[in-house]
Amino acid sequence: MSRQSFRLEGGGRIDRARALGFTFNGKRYQGYAGDTLASALLANGVHLVGRSFKYHRPRGILTAGVEEPNALVQLETGAHSQPNIRATQIELYDGLTATSINAWPNVKWDLMAVNNRLGRLLPAGFYYKTFMWPRSWWMTYEKAIRRAAGLGRAPEAADPDRYERQNIHCDVLVVGGGPAGLATALAAGRTGARVVLVDQLPELGGSLLDESAGTGEAWRQSAVAELAAMDEVTCLTRTVVTGYFDHNFLIACESVTDHLGHTGAQPHLPRLKLWRIRAGQVVLATGAFERAIGFKGNDLPGVMLAGAIGTYHARYAVTPGREAVFFTNNDTAYAPAMAMAAGGARVKVADVRTEPGAVADRARAVGIEVLPGHAVVSAAGHRKVRGVMVASLGAEGQVGDPRYLRCDLVGMSGGWSPAVHLFSQSGGKLAWRAADACFIPGVPAQTTRVVGRANGTIGLSALMAEAHAAGADAAKDAGFSGSGDAPTLESDQPEQAPLQPFWSVPAKPKSERKHFVDFQNDVTVGDVRLANREGYRSVEHLKRYTTLGMGTDQGKLGNVPGLALLAEMQGVTVPEVGTTTFRAPFTPLNFGAMAGRDVGEFMDPARRTPMHDLHDEAGAVFEDVGQWKRPFYYPQPGEGKDEAVNRECRAVRNAVGMLDATTLGKIDLQGPDVPALLNRIYTNAWSKLEVGRSRYGLMLGEDGMVIDDGVTSRLGENHFLMTTTTGNAARILGWLEEWLQTEWPELKVYANSVTEQYAVAVIAGPKARDLLGEVTDLDLSADEFPFMSWREGTVAGIPARVFRISFSGELSYEINVPANHGAALWGALMETGEKHGITPYGTEAMHVLRAEKGYIIVGQDTDGTVTPLDLGMDWIVSKNKDFLGKRSLTREDTARTDRKQLVGLLTDDPQAVLPEGGQVVEELQDRPPMTMIGHVTSSYYSANLGRSIALALIKDGRQRMGDTLHIPQPLGGPTLSATVTETVFIDPDGSRLNG
Amino acid sequence: MAEPRRLSSLADEPAHVAAVEAGIVMRQAPLHAMVTLRGNAGDPVFLSGVREITGCDIPTDPCRAAMTTDHAVLWMGPDEWLVVAPPEAGTDLRQRLRDRLGDDRTAVVDVGDALAIISVGGPRARDLLAKGCTLDLHPRTFRPGHCANTLLAKAQVTLHQVDAAPTFSVFVSRSFAVYLWRWMLDAGLEYGVQVLQD
Repeated sequence: MSRQSFRLEGGGRIDRARALGFTFNGKRYQGYAGDTLASALLANGVHLVGRSFKYHRPRGILTAGVEEPNALVQLETGAHSQPNIRATQIELYDGLTATSINAWPNVKWDLMAVNNRLGRLLPAGFYYKTFMWPRSWWMTYEKAIRRAAGLGRAPEAADPDRYERQNIHCDVLVVGGGPAGLATALAAGRTGARVVLVDQLPELGGSLLDESAGTGEAWRQSAVAELAAMDEVTCLTRTVVTGYFDHNFLIACESVTDHLGHTGAQPHLPRLKLWRIRAGQVVLATGAFERAIGFKGNDLPGVMLAGAIGTYHARYAVTPGREAVFFTNNDTAYAPAMAMAAGGARVKVADVRTEPGAVADRARAVGIEVLPGHAVVSAAGHRKVRGVMVASLGAEGQVGDPRYLRCDLVGMSGGWSPAVHLFSQSGGKLAWRAADACFIPGVPAQTTRVVGRANGTIGLSALMAEAHAAGADAAKDAGFSGSGDAPTLESDQPEQAPLQPFWSVPAKPKSERKHFVDFQNDVTVGDVRLANREGYRSVEHLKRYTTLGMGTDQGKLGNVPGLALLAEMQGVTVPEVGTTTFRAPFTPLNFGAMAGRDVGEFMDPARRTPMHDLHDEAGAVFEDVGQWKRPFYYPQPGEGKDEAVNRECRAVRNAVGMLDATTLGKIDLQGPDVPALLNRIYTNAWSKLEVGRSRYGLMLGEDGMVIDDGVTSRLGENHFLMTTTTGNAARILGWLEEWLQTEWPELKVYANSVTEQYAVAVIAGPKARDLLGEVTDLDLSADEFPFMSWREGTVAGIPARVFRISFSGELSYEINVPANHGAALWGALMETGEKHGITPYGTEAMHVLRAEKGYIIVGQDTDGTVTPLDLGMDWIVSKNKDFLGKRSLTREDTARTDRKQLVGLLTDDPQAVLPEGGQVVEELQDRPPMTMIGHVTSSYYSANLGRSIALALIKDGRQRMGDTLHIPQPLGGPTLSATVTETVFIDPDGSRLNG
Repeated sequence: MAEPRRLSSLADEPAHVAAVEAGIVMRQAPLHAMVTLRGNAGDPVFLSGVREITGCDIPTDPCRAAMTTDHAVLWMGPDEWLVVAPPEAGTDLRQRLRDRLGDDRTAVVDVGDALAIISVGGPRARDLLAKGCTLDLHPRTFRPGHCANTLLAKAQVTLHQVDAAPTFSVFVSRSFAVYLWRWMLDAGLEYGVQVLQD
């Protein structure tokens, strides 16, 4: 285990009493509680953490935060593994294991680094140009390229962890818990408004965390304590807001146990929680990202952002080097430079400004050599920076003679880009501020305010005042007041001198190919120049041609410099080339968090009937019908599906079968105008239906096409019960409501769903009457209780409505009881029915039985283009009244006599079952295409007939009775031939039904 | 023949308890008598009839519920209410309302078997509901006597806040009850769930 030789003696927010062991690329190291993986690696002198995407160049830790483009690791292994996680954001825990991505065989000896030497052959857009010929080889090229230019690996095992989603509402949402965010949350929170404060770090404070003592820390602690004491303030730490959508709806991902590693996780807690935030007002205090500067080799490990060096130094007590050169175009790099000097490091600063001002004097006073009007033109080193060449810059940008400075660390600062990502996502427009060379939030699109460095505000006092005002305003707009006074936090930072925009050191083209702009995608100043030269002058083109701003970091560092360089090359201002749109997510979002608990049994509700458990005990195989679980068939030991279905079908025709029909839609209709409503929505007449009687009806859409069918019964003078198909229950209730509410408000009808109120057991077969007779007080004689009527009585001691209707063509009773009695009813009928040979049957037998009888299933034998006449159901279409869809039936096309019509098909080979959906042709050709004249809608083997049967929609079908047609199976199987028949295969005169 | 057993949709759900320190208390409410009532809120005869039978002033403001010690009337829509009565009221509830209100301009529909009622309370009840419901249930916006038809997870529910403890009644169609019960138990895992038996 190596020593933490780059750890400072004291300071920082780490807990030196808690040493943590971890493994990186197979080697054991030690860090402290409070470290990130990045700070712990730097404490151990490890800079080289990965290889770049395209050229496989050695890459080091560049930043200290969410914007990190280089230090992406594969965290942990196996099912818990996560790819492409930023080492700068991984909180260290004991036993952590991580490996570099995109390096093979390892990060030190990466064989793919040959790409680096071939860089001239792999310019921007190379894959658009190089691998296009021959076309058929692209698949091969692509695989090789994907392997060479890859990121981490997705875990292959199922995710064993728990994830949650949770909604949260607030008056004011504050994003970012730095000084501006804290001041905003305090101002809003003091009014009593409901405030949610979200921050990505484990501790609130943001940049204030870079001081471990002093006035800033004192204020931070008191602010955090005050917020914690407020009942209506919720602080979410370790939480990243990744999306800002319309209506102030935002999503944020919280690490609940992710930062503990899987060994520290508790099974009842989620790994991540996705917060769905709905806010009245949003205040963004998201800070700013420091920018890099282009010079040759600016991607060498050991070249870092100046602010990141400051953060590692102050927050983690790590010095990333001992001899540093800072390269800056603004004042902010001096603070980390002076901190390092105070820690004993040798420090030099190359400042492109010829008159850096007071800050340079203060630096010199602590022994720092400042080189005004100088730039770092190149960095030297193999896998780690060993030194830099610096040179003077002329007024016209001419570079003087370079000289060598030895160093093991370079800190660069090209200025700061406000983190406008969420503001941009919200629809807000950005504005260019030339003085600071950055985009700042412009006109908001929602009730969004931006404060602090995210708003381009510089200086702690100004920032606190602005944040306090925004918090008070937001609360006021949400209806709250009483924010109190703005906090006064005196800054020890003096006034800053202006920045001098500077994006890349002027250099020869060859050198510019090593001036990196977008580190993750290996986009260089040379690539931007090439794109511009080749005509990709719009920023959108630049992005897609060079991949600038793509990848997991989405150009947090590279976007603005890339745009500025493009503008410079074209001799225009940055706003003239525009900006790319920032889209969600702000940081990559874990799929597990998106799915939450919508996995396994919670992915979709399974609707159960009251008899579900009895079916389960009887060994039923279930079928999904919408969300319902319906028994498909009930296999007995040794039976497959076909044997079970055949047995069930024979039992219904020869003895008695029982079906759970609870799922059928049931709509209770009450009111004096129900018959008028039924007359309008069904094709047949309803006025004369007597109490106690039932009638079958067909519903059409306005286009005259069949949309549903079912039996409706008259329960009382003003009371009806309608049934619908299982899948259409909700839709038909909506259909009735729509007509009642929008077109026929004068009809006095109330429609209510009672699907769930009643359990329904259907008993069907020649012995159904014998069975029912044993358990009911009803008179079941055909005279007293004829087909298509219903009676109220008791069945097995349970109050019941019994409907004598049939979907099987057999003598059949549909017994409706209150649902809580459903299981008791089923159990009693099974018990009493045993001596009658009662056989529970499932939906498949139900389908076969109805097809034997030629009964249609709406949605299977119809598809929204089928009229009642196409089905041969002219008998149900009234000529004496108006109804929905009637006029459409007289349209020229609908009235044609040669439309596709429902007919029966009997295969020449009685054992061959036609494929449902099979295309029917009249004239057989050697191979497709052939003229298709229709398709098979239903097809089964009928055990009762000892042969297969089918229904089909065939063009001009009724004129083809007796014709032989063909059903080719181009995807396999022989071409089958069949004869066109009537649709009723069994008991055409209905003697079984009416008996 | 023995008295047939009435089984609630949740009858077989085991009452497994997740943690010692319960932030959530869940209970399967007994089988209440319930009817859906449709009628005209502007009709004084209708209003007085409902008051006579239930003891409740029918709520005409959206998403409000009226309660007595044994009855509740929940606003479900401009012309629709859910009447909840004690289990012993049985089908008698429908009949009494029907007799009092007539069948000309109102509808009275039994739904006592169609709905299950899950009672959920405890200090973290709102957090549990927030995992599956997008409504703002903060006490400033949703209080005792408020009700709403909404989604909880993937089930359509009627949510009724019964008291400030807070205790909520979740009315759910019986076919979804097992799904929702299990979903709620699972959602409560991080807070600890105590399941009360009647």
